Formats: sequence, structure tokens, C-alpha cells
Amino acid sequence: MQMNDLPDSRGHFGPYGGVFVAETLIAALDELREQYARYQHDPAFVAEFESELKHYVGRPSPIYHAQRWSEKLGGAQIYLKREDLNHTGAHKINNCIGQALLAKRLGKPRVIAETGAGQHGVAAATVAARFGMQCVVYMGSEDIKRQAQNVFRMKLLGAEVVPVESGSKTLKDALNEAMRDWVTNVENTFYIIGTVAGPHPYPMMVRDFQSVIGRECLQQMPEMIGRQPDVIIACVGGGSNAMGIFYPYLSHESVKLIGVEAAGEGIATGRHAASLTAGRPGVLHGNRTYLLQDKNGQIIETHSVSAGLDYPGVGPEHAWLKDNGRAQYVSITDDEALTAFGDCCRIEGIIPALESAHALAYATRIAPQLPASTVLLVNLSGRGDKDMNTVAERTGLKFHCRPECDPARR
Amino acid sequence: MNRIDATFDKLRAAGRAALIPYITAGDPSLAATVPLMRALTSAGADVIELGVPFSDPMADGPVVQRASERALANGVGLDDVLTIVAAFRELDAITPIVLMGYANPIEAMGTTAFADRAQHAGVDGVIVVDYPPEEAGEFAQLLEGRQIAPIFLVAPTTPEARIIAIGRMARGYVYYVSLKGVTGAGHLDVADVVARLAGIRRHVALPVGVGFGIRDAVSAQAIAAHADAIVIGSRIIQEIESGPPAQAPERAAAWLATIRTAIDQIARKAA
Repeated sequence: MQMNDLPDSRGHFGPYGGVFVAETLIAALDELREQYARYQHDPAFVAEFESELKHYVGRPSPIYHAQRWSEKLGGAQIYLKREDLNHTGAHKINNCIGQALLAKRLGKPRVIAETGAGQHGVAAATVAARFGMQCVVYMGSEDIKRQAQNVFRMKLLGAEVVPVESGSKTLKDALNEAMRDWVTNVENTFYIIGTVAGPHPYPMMVRDFQSVIGRECLQQMPEMIGRQPDVIIACVGGGSNAMGIFYPYLSHESVKLIGVEAAGEGIATGRHAASLTAGRPGVLHGNRTYLLQDKNGQIIETHSVSAGLDYPGVGPEHAWLKDNGRAQYVSITDDEALTAFGDCCRIEGIIPALESAHALAYATRIAPQLPASTVLLVNLSGRGDKDMNTVAERTGLKFHCRPECDPARR
Repeated sequence: MNRIDATFDKLRAAGRAALIPYITAGDPSLAATVPLMRALTSAGADVIELGVPFSDPMADGPVVQRASERALANGVGLDDVLTIVAAFRELDAITPIVLMGYANPIEAMGTTAFADRAQHAGVDGVIVVDYPPEEAGEFAQLLEGRQIAPIFLVAPTTPEARIIAIGRMARGYVYYVSLKGVTGAGHLDVADVVARLAGIRRHVALPVGVGFGIRDAVSAQAIAAHADAIVIGSRIIQEIESGPPAQAPERAAAWLATIRTAIDQIARKAA
């Protein structure tokens, strides 16, 4: 069996994935599965998807050699896949374009989405505007407070943002609420899930739409350095940017794949969002995967400085890749991510998303121990404009000066 | 014989529809749950569906969600639910108890351990909302091996081929969810329910219960004229949460008694 043949016809990645939903949702998922199978390889659909990615999203996104940072670290060379340069500022738009095109073919005039940090909500609101669809975004009321700017962006794009007051009032509850909406309004509504989780076919479909990231890298890296990278590093919340860059590389077994989870205030504190590192398998949101849960099987609240990684589950394909060893999963704390965030700003002139800063932090941790001939490719999944308030609050507005412009050190 | 089958045999002989209230274990409190169950049986409940609290009740509307949140705030988990069932069984050896909940608390306990303990506690049926038949094969066998009925949902959108598959796998009764959407939602279309019931009965020999959307004596009568059982959840939980927790059993029982009286007044058209 090829590693990249999965999932099976019922959405299983080994023991993970599947369709764990109430009977009320089965018909809608069956329709989606059939329609996706019909259009997935349809030349007109593929051509329209690629055209949108090129002209609307701005793909292909470049790969950039972070030369100054690599030199300072004094080891492996760090390359960045610049998903931050996409329209709307992150990889999320790739998947939203794909699902919106599918919604259009299914004749559904209304799309709904869940969002945590608001990046997926903004991407969904954007494609809804682009294709003239009604858009409702579910967002936990706690997240609405933390991400006021993205709420404003979604409204500006014409979407309705519905605050979710149940449970922990965060991403997982927004997902529950979006599912409830979908069950109720399934005739006219398409549910755009933002990550490689949820019931089949979502983990597969979102991965397929995001795989454009890895496919571009497969072509770009040989053009740049004459070969493929040694290691690929990506952050993992639900895991869509990581699956997008990992998937085309699964069969390239010499390329090491590393997913970076949010260790929050430290795994030992319990205040983190590292499902693969510290969770155990269970069933949530329509699939079996690693979950952060208590001994009674209740899902526990997670913590990360980055709202996009603040999720108690993870895509089922990552669970499978962890168990079979094809990918390795590690974790980075809030503080380490913030350090990498600041370094990336000052050394490379790139403001990364706090999510992506976790992947950068891991790259900077291992780079000094590796020879200069080693190439690390980091998926810079988004830009950090949305994180200004969080970073300002965390650092008390003590922004550092570059050594070159600090008069005392000149 | 399983208590569910015995109950439906007796009701069929008497020409009556079963009245099945749903409450969430641990709401309004752990101590009040057994008295609440007893009050409901006194008021005419034939079967009790006992909800297992879960942090992420995806298929439930706001009322059942609130009940789940209150139960979790009271620290009630699957362990406690089984203790409640065992305590109820000591007082009532006849009324079937059906647990209704989500997969994760059961998987956290371990499916075999759960099935063993449920049998020991005196559970008669289990509905796992997020185990559709495709994912429930092994679990259904574990239950059946212990004389516990695996109960499945049928939705308005369930195609005929699935109804046949569900009919093969289900025991006890099947639960027809009469509305699209979540528990406690919207408006009930009785004519549509009647047509769907006929479609289900073509392939399913088990009794068919109808739930989602039954809120008063009129809707209860309309459905009970055709279904083998009516299931009422959100409306009872609203009685529970509408006043002081100490009097919750009395309030819920008083309301359920009006439904019992109403459905016993009608002539049933069901087979």
C-alpha cells in the first residue's frame, strides 16, 4: 500500500478518520463525497481552481532563502515557503477557493464556516464575496474578543459573524455550531471546513486543495538548489498547512517531515494545544484522532498564544503519520514562538503569523546543530498582521531595536 | 427477554404508544437524577432515555446543550451515569433504561469495559449519536452479546438502502428523528412524519419511536396516533431548568403526566 493512497473509501487513515456523525448529516456528507469524486479530476473544475489560484490568490507563492537568519544561526540553511504572500495573508484561501467552486457546482447559494483566529473566516468571507454567495461565520465569543480586527474584516467582506456562547466559547464550539447550522439548512448550504479534520471527505478534500503548496515546492526546490530539501517543517493545529506541504512529499522518503504543535505554557503545565504530543485517540467532530481529553473523555480547554493552533484535536492523517513514523511531531512553547516571531521580523523583514512562528522556532532550534549543507524548508503559512495586538500585549510594547540601528551598539 | 422488547410487547397488546422522556444524567444534580427518573415513571414514562453528558454535543440544540453543561459542572461523567442506572435498578426492575450520548466518553472508558459495566448496571439500550451503522459494527456486537440493544437513528434524509441496513443492525427500537436539524428545533410536519413512518416500517420490523419536535399535548397526540413511541427531550429539560432544582422532579412529572393523559385519549391508527 502506498502511503499516499489513503484514505480508504470510507475515509479511514489506518484506525483514524472515518465518518462519526449523527444520521442527520450522513446524506449531506454522501452528497459531498460523490460530488467531490465527480469534480476532483474534472478538467474544467481543475482549470478553474488553478486559474483562481493564479489570478486571485497570486500563486505560485515563492520560496525565499532566509540567508541572514541561517548565517546567524550558523548551521543548516532555512528556506521559507511564502504562503504569507497569498491574498488574505495565509494558506487558508487555497482550500476556500476549492470548496467555494464545489459549492457553486452543487448549486448552494449559502456558505458557512467556523473560525478560531478568524483567518479561515476571513478566507471564507472573501471567496463568498468573490463568488456572490451568502456567508455566515461561527466564531466563539471569546475569540471574537481576542480577534476584533478579523471580525471587522469579515463584516467588511459582507459576512455575518455569529458569536458562539456554548462550551468554552472557542474554535471547537464554533465548529459544533456550524455543524448544527449545516444539519438544519443542508439543502441550500455548503459547509466550508477550514482544516484537515471533520468527517470524511473533509480531511481528504482539504488536504487535496492545500497540496498545491507541496506540489509547488517539489518543482521550486530543484530550481533553486538543484535538489529537494532534507527536512520540511510546518506548524500543526488542525494541520491543513502541514498536510498541504507534506502530502506531495510522502513518497519522497528521504525528506524528513516535522509537524510542530503548540506547547503553550509548557506541556507539563497542561496549558497547551499539543494533541499529538500529549493527547490520546478518541472521537470528536466526525473523526477518530488524537484528542486532548480528561479521563472521562470530555474534551479539555486548550491554550496557545496563537489562536490558530488552539484546537484540542488534529487532522486524522497526522494521527496516522505519527503512528507509522512517516512524520515526526514536536512542540514549541508560546515564549519560543514569540522569540522566533521577533527574530523573523528583525532579521528577515518578514512578520510571520504566530502559528507559523512555531515552525520557525523549531527550525531555529535544530539549525545550529546541523551542517550548512542541510536544507530546512519551513512552511511560512501566514503573515502576522493579525497578531499585532497579541504580540503588543505579551511584550508590553517593548519592541526591540535591530543591532544596526541601536545607537549604543553602533 | 430484554426489558425494551417486553415493554413494547405489553404496550402493543394494550394498543398504546410508548412515552419516552429524555433527561441528561446529572441535571439538575447527581443526587436528583434517580428521584427524577422515578417521578417520570410515576407520571407514565414507559422507557427512559438517559443522556450521558458530553463537552461537545454536536447534534443537540441549545436546551440539551445547557443540560449537558450543568451536568458537567456537577462533575458528572459516564462512571456516575452507570452508578445512577444501578441505583435506579434497585428500585425499579421493569422500566427500560436507554443511554444516549456520544462516542468519546465510551471510548475513553473502553468499549468492552463500558458494555460489561452497562450490562451489570442494568442498561437496556444504547444510542451513540455519532456512531452511524458504518462505524458501529463491533460496538453493536459487544452490546448484543450482553443483551443490550444497539439503537440507531433514522433521519428524514436517510435513503431506503440505509434504512434496510439500519433495520438489520438495530435492536429494541429505531428512533426516527422527525426534523432536520438539532434536538429541540422548530416545527413538526405530521403528514410528512406519517409518510416516513410507512417507509421505515416497510423495512424495519422493530417498533419505531419518533422524536425531535414534540413539545405539547397536540403534537404528542398527532405523532402517537401513528408511531410506536414518542420521545420528548428538550421540552422536559425546560421544565427541569424553569425553577428551583429541588422541585425539578415534581415539575417534570406534572408536565409529562399531561402528555400521558393526552396520548392515552386517542385511538391509535398504528398497526
